Amino acid sequence: MVEHGDIRVVHRGGSKINFREPVITNDSSFLLCASGECVKVFSTSTEECIHDLRGHTDLVTGVLLKPSNHLQVYSCSADGTVRLWDFTDGILIKVQLDSCIVFAFTVPHPTLSVMHLLTKGKDEKLFQLVAVHLPQSGDQLVEARELSAVLSDVSSNPAAITIGRGGEYFASAKGLQLEVYFFRKQKSYRFSLKEGNKKGGRNTFTCVACHPKDDCIATGHEDGKIRLWRNFNHKKEYTYTTLHWHHSAVSSLRFTPEGTNLLSGGVESVLVQWRYNQESQRDFLPRLGAAITHITISPDGALFCTSHSDNKITIIQSCVKVSAVIQGLVKGESVRTDLMVDPRSKAMVLNGKPGHLQFYSLQRDKLLYNLDIVQQEYIHESGLQQFEVVKAAFDASGNWLATVEERKQKAAELELNLKLWEFDEQTQSFVLNTTISAPHEAQITAMCFCHAADSQTTMLVSTSKDGHFKAWQLATPARPSWSCDFVGAYHGLVPKCCCFSADGSLLAVSFQEVVTVWSPSSWELLTTLSQPPGAIRDLCFGRLSCSKYLLGTTASNLLCCWNLLTCSCKTNCILEHLHGHQPAAVFVFKPSEPRPLFSHKAVCSGKVTRAVFAPREDMLESCEESSQWLNCSQLYFLTQYMDLMTFITKAEEDRLMASSKQLVIDDSVAMTPFYLLLGKHRQQQQENQDTLSTLSAERTPLPQGSVAIKELLQTPAHVLPSTSFLCSMFVQSLLISESKHAEEEMESEKEEEDSEGEMESSTSRPREASLAGHATETAALALTKAQARELRRVKKLDHSWLSGLLDS
Amino acid sequence: MASFKPTKIQVYPKLGEKVTQDTLYWKNYKAPVQIKEFGAVTNIDFSPVAPHNFAVTAFTRIHIYGPFSQEPVKSFTRFKDTAYCGRFRSDGQLLAAGCEDSVVRLFDVSGKVALRMFKGHTKAVHVTDFTSDRYQIVTGSDDYTCRLWDIPNATELSTYQEHTDYIRCGVTSKLNRDLFITGSYDHTLKVFDARVDKSVMTMDHGQPVESLLLYPSEGLLVSAGGRYVKVWDLLKGGQPLVSLKNHHKTVTCLSLSSNGQRLLSGSLDRHVKVYNTTNYKVVHNFDYAASILSLALAPDDESIVVGMTNGILSMKHRKSPEEAKETSGQPRRRPSYRVFVKGKNYVPKQDDYLVSKPVKQHLAKYDKQLKKFNVSKALDTALESWTRLRKPEITVAVVKELDRRGTLKNALAGRDEQGLSQLLNFLIGNLVDPRFAPVLVTAAEMILDIYQTVIGQSPVVDRQLLRLQELLEKEIDYQRDLLEVLGMLDTLFASSLPKKEVPCSVFLGGGNNCFRWG
Repeated sequence: MVEHGDIRVVHRGGSKINFREPVITNDSSFLLCASGECVKVFSTSTEECIHDLRGHTDLVTGVLLKPSNHLQVYSCSADGTVRLWDFTDGILIKVQLDSCIVFAFTVPHPTLSVMHLLTKGKDEKLFQLVAVHLPQSGDQLVEARELSAVLSDVSSNPAAITIGRGGEYFASAKGLQLEVYFFRKQKSYRFSLKEGNKKGGRNTFTCVACHPKDDCIATGHEDGKIRLWRNFNHKKEYTYTTLHWHHSAVSSLRFTPEGTNLLSGGVESVLVQWRYNQESQRDFLPRLGAAITHITISPDGALFCTSHSDNKITIIQSCVKVSAVIQGLVKGESVRTDLMVDPRSKAMVLNGKPGHLQFYSLQRDKLLYNLDIVQQEYIHESGLQQFEVVKAAFDASGNWLATVEERKQKAAELELNLKLWEFDEQTQSFVLNTTISAPHEAQITAMCFCHAADSQTTMLVSTSKDGHFKAWQLATPARPSWSCDFVGAYHGLVPKCCCFSADGSLLAVSFQEVVTVWSPSSWELLTTLSQPPGAIRDLCFGRLSCSKYLLGTTASNLLCCWNLLTCSCKTNCILEHLHGHQPAAVFVFKPSEPRPLFSHKAVCSGKVTRAVFAPREDMLESCEESSQWLNCSQLYFLTQYMDLMTFITKAEEDRLMASSKQLVIDDSVAMTPFYLLLGKHRQQQQENQDTLSTLSAERTPLPQGSVAIKELLQTPAHVLPSTSFLCSMFVQSLLISESKHAEEEMESEKEEEDSEGEMESSTSRPREASLAGHATETAALALTKAQARELRRVKKLDHSWLSGLLDS
Repeated sequence: MASFKPTKIQVYPKLGEKVTQDTLYWKNYKAPVQIKEFGAVTNIDFSPVAPHNFAVTAFTRIHIYGPFSQEPVKSFTRFKDTAYCGRFRSDGQLLAAGCEDSVVRLFDVSGKVALRMFKGHTKAVHVTDFTSDRYQIVTGSDDYTCRLWDIPNATELSTYQEHTDYIRCGVTSKLNRDLFITGSYDHTLKVFDARVDKSVMTMDHGQPVESLLLYPSEGLLVSAGGRYVKVWDLLKGGQPLVSLKNHHKTVTCLSLSSNGQRLLSGSLDRHVKVYNTTNYKVVHNFDYAASILSLALAPDDESIVVGMTNGILSMKHRKSPEEAKETSGQPRRRPSYRVFVKGKNYVPKQDDYLVSKPVKQHLAKYDKQLKKFNVSKALDTALESWTRLRKPEITVAVVKELDRRGTLKNALAGRDEQGLSQLLNFLIGNLVDPRFAPVLVTAAEMILDIYQTVIGQSPVVDRQLLRLQELLEKEIDYQRDLLEVLGMLDTLFASSLPKKEVPCSVFLGGGNNCFRWG
């Protein structure tokens, strides 16, 4: 048993972006959304993730714009903290500690400096709405003690609580009851609905929205109805009107900022826009892909944004036109196709949206594209049996992709389709080549392509529960299509899995306890191997130096390794002994050795369900024996709760940290003419410095200067103060006392990296953060020598307009 | 927003129409020229000499048309009553015709007035023909007699009174000047020899004989009557050779193609069928608008002329070789290429601002209805008769799509008797088709579930349900037999395989052709 201290398990991307509703910034250029333990900032125009706001140690449960400053954002997390971020450059401003777990924000109160949070009550069962006074202090860490419960016993769904017109009242719905709480009167009214009507509609509230200008509350219900409540400041004389379009529960409701329109969405994945006071007029945006979970509207009303259950955010212009789609890794209930790696794009492939196969780039944490396998209109209705992609396989070169889709109805027969896709070089995507309907009479259990790269014929083998395995071959090279070549069976047993050897000369098919080895060229049964008891679960041939071995796992927790030259079982490894009934352990073996190369216990909560080795883009140069297996590939695995995890070495982690820092800085610098000018000289200058300085400069030093310079260089000219005013300030900033200057020169390299370190994670590295604080102070006062020299050089160049500005 | 994905129509291997040499040959005619005559066109005869004019007998006139003219080049109108059977002599100079008034007239093709009038028959004369020596005329009449006349003297040479009903058809031998054959409504064909005063051969057709035809070799005789076309071997003493029953109404006329390889028959069922004369299989079929009474082919099959009961004369001329090529290369004249590429081959300049036009997705009618979730309407559209009959795969695909959406039951329910019988008709036609069975069995079960309460209310629906049941029982029997055969084959295969040291069972198969009932 070897434990490796320097290899640890990390979460690798693919976190949910539809957990809470996202926030659009005031200028509609950024979209902020809670994603796992960080807040992601997306550009609404390019769909790209600009940067992450990292710092929370648990799930982020809410994001909220600061009402008084439109460049700052609050985030709350299950770790009990509320943090304030400057989202444009991602610098943490304030940490606020809370005593209990925060579940969500509600809409901010426009007048009071109070933040309302959804938390769990003291008895740990009921949710309550709590008001927190924000202390006005400049400290980094603030303890908030003044917690006052506003409403107790509210719904756990943050969509069911909202704040009314001008902050006069709160509306909260739970079960069959709508509660309206008036701040001024300190009084609440409750309105109840009956359980259901005679048509079987269920009246349970699902979401609430308040009109921004009018005294009107819109509520969504389980049966798809929307009710508009009016006159609710009297207990008795309240009225409501009912709108009905949705056929199942309304999951989100929003009024536009001017209150002219009401948006609603639900399982149907149709965004419905109702005209306020003219409810018969509706606009629809159908086929958004998956059930709508949240709707957000930008503060100016120009953009709508819908979150969907398939981990997607759609950005919609107010003319009801989709302008951008931000798609995360889709994780359904289960991964029925195994995790695979596309040999061409090196992307991880698994089933995603219903009827689609998703290609997910592990390096960039980005969904590349969805391949539509089923090619049928998806009907958004719960309880409907639809086609699902259950198996997929790539051939060695990535030219062919085979997929199996099935649909099982209660009464009818199983519908199966085997599809073969060819990679089209021109369109750079897979194109359907052959569809084989009903390739087998029962479910397909495994599928495998022949891996031999040099063989003339491409072959696919599929095994099925009907007791046969079939070989499919690419026929007629003029217009290639696939046809059945061979049907095989063994004693009427059900085949479970199949595997081709690396050179394609052998095919192993397991029939319960027996592994049969066939020759694909003559379809002769060469030999049978068995290792009772326990049916074979998985089979795999060794590669390269280990190609003589055939590995198999059995249902009785046995890992068998057969040497095919002697047809004898070489090693048996009883896994139960190794991990001692502990779930979630990962072992890495070398086929020739009976002892595990690496093992890691308790990698995650729950079971490890799937794993895949993904090749690295560039080889890792690790000299340590223990982590050599991670050199050319990375092991990704999927847990029971659909978390994607991987192993990472210490050295790699450091490298990643460094590169992510650089990325952030790159994005924060605008591409101005000044930047281009400076950047060019910087490179030359850096070369000079490399020769001079003893410090190893791995990273490119980036333009970094005092706040004054930065502001001067980046602010548009028409908003700058008069040049005469600027000049004196500018010149003053150039005046540096001699004593400080010497010290500064020494630290110039260090300062540049450390000041970024602060933005990245100050809590994890407190020692450096304090150092960085010091460095930024000095930087604010003075320019570095390099920059001063730079400016002088700029002045010397033929930029008459610039020199004019500087000299005047 | 993704666009609507249309219903996927399964593509099945196409069985299709077999294109044979015959179809190519007989389709290679231009669009027909139609001429309205004054009454039913009873006879058409081509002149044996060039330019192969043809005489059309219709009502009280005989018109002679040129090979390409659409106006008659000559008309014979001097008939007191309906004219019959205008026929050319072998030199094309004379034309004989019978008439309702029992007088047989002989015309010079260039003249107008009858050269000779043969009086002697007591009833309408439906048959006239010249003997091969060109100096005698054979006539057959409704007075049950057939007579032989001498042309120069206009005298009756002999009378044969052997038939017991109207004589409506007859031919003379082209090789022997004394032989002629008549067919009568008494179901018999009689071969007469002018040298003896009696018929030499009698054959029983079984139906009133409408038309007769002699092969050029004159060894075989073809007769048409009732729905039958029969071929007789004269050399074997009138032995019946083949009996063809391809029409479903009375066959009225016969014709032979120029090379003698194909036989054509026209019928009151409005079809002209083309038979191969070696195996007597139908190789081609022409459809016409009305019942056909007369049919003739020009020498070298240059044109097909058909006369119908409604007085329409339809002429089809063969396409010239260059025309044939043209049409096969370009079936329809389409707008020129320029129309399609207009404005599309413009290459935008570098600083042009492109305004993209949304591409409108074209959807079939049923897809449009499915998009709006109008399931019943979509099914109605898919069950429209053209789709249902010509493209059943579309109907089946829509049924499948509805089933996938879980709304098939809603779409099937709420139909009246007509709608239900339409549905059942479709099921009866396609349920046992192995391509469609898995989908349609589900639909059939649902129909039975929905409409079991109304069984017994409509005789039409009940009859269809019984037929469906019958069909299913038959199909189950077939499948059982098939499985038995498969079992036998498996045994054969297994025993033929050599025994190996490795115990295993292997059987080869090309796929799963076997279709099972669930």
